[in-house]
Amino acid sequence: MSSVSDPATWVAQHGDALFRYALMKMRDEAQAEDMVQETFLAALKARERFSGQSSEKTWLIGILKHKIIDHFRKYKREQSSDDIESLTEQLNQQFDHTGHWSIPMRTWQEPEQAHENKEFWKVFAACIAHLPDHLADLFILREVKGLSSEEICKLLDISTTNNMWVMLSRARMRLRGCLDSRWFNRSNDDQNQEAR
Amino acid sequence: MLSCKEIGELLSQGIDRKLSLREKWGLKFHLFICKTCSCYDKQLQFIARSARRLMQPEKDNQGIPPLSNEAEARINNAIKQRLDKRENNNE
Repeated sequence: MSSVSDPATWVAQHGDALFRYALMKMRDEAQAEDMVQETFLAALKARERFSGQSSEKTWLIGILKHKIIDHFRKYKREQSSDDIESLTEQLNQQFDHTGHWSIPMRTWQEPEQAHENKEFWKVFAACIAHLPDHLADLFILREVKGLSSEEICKLLDISTTNNMWVMLSRARMRLRGCLDSRWFNRSNDDQNQEAR
Repeated sequence: MLSCKEIGELLSQGIDRKLSLREKWGLKFHLFICKTCSCYDKQLQFIARSARRLMQPEKDNQGIPPLSNEAEARINNAIKQRLDKRENNNE
């Protein structure tokens, strides 16, 4: 019979891991912090039922996942666009009828420097969180966790690898647009952002 | 010649699968003459590098920052209150 560690030590032990996980799925830091708190409080209630079959951290992340799903059920996000038709539509918006880019493509000045900036990582996580659910999950599994195409198609119920490529391409295209307007060329777009 | 739209798709797929020789040459030729697509290429590569670094913050102290001290204190406090309440109820 195994039991959980002292709840007073939970935040120190697992707080950062849960927060980082939550931040990739939530729109902002405050929401991610709330999710972490709710997770710990739910875990307090449920700790007698902790079986010890998984590690304490895995158990807590499991609770966090449910909390995040509940949250999005409550505040339903825009339709998740995993159907190929709407993905094609999104692609077409970026190009004119001759197949040329119809959006401005501005160079990113010294992008590697952004990696040294904590604020950049928050924006990066927020941009992932802004993707439609399916695309965010797909991007995280593929690019962050490095799962294989086969594993991902099975996990996310994507019918063909070809569809997966199309979806990934769309995820990257959206991320690029988000990073462009929220980080690399943000001064140009600040007013637009505020108008939104 | 491939259009920018087709190149955009190929650039993304180049991250996920091995491109054929024909596709590679098509890309190379297009990127050589098209500034916009070269720019897009660089940005996609940067996004891929960033994603790989995202989850290894402990290793090199980069990536998503941890919980702030304020948030940590607030959550600890919430846990403590809940525990105290339970003890009182049990008495």
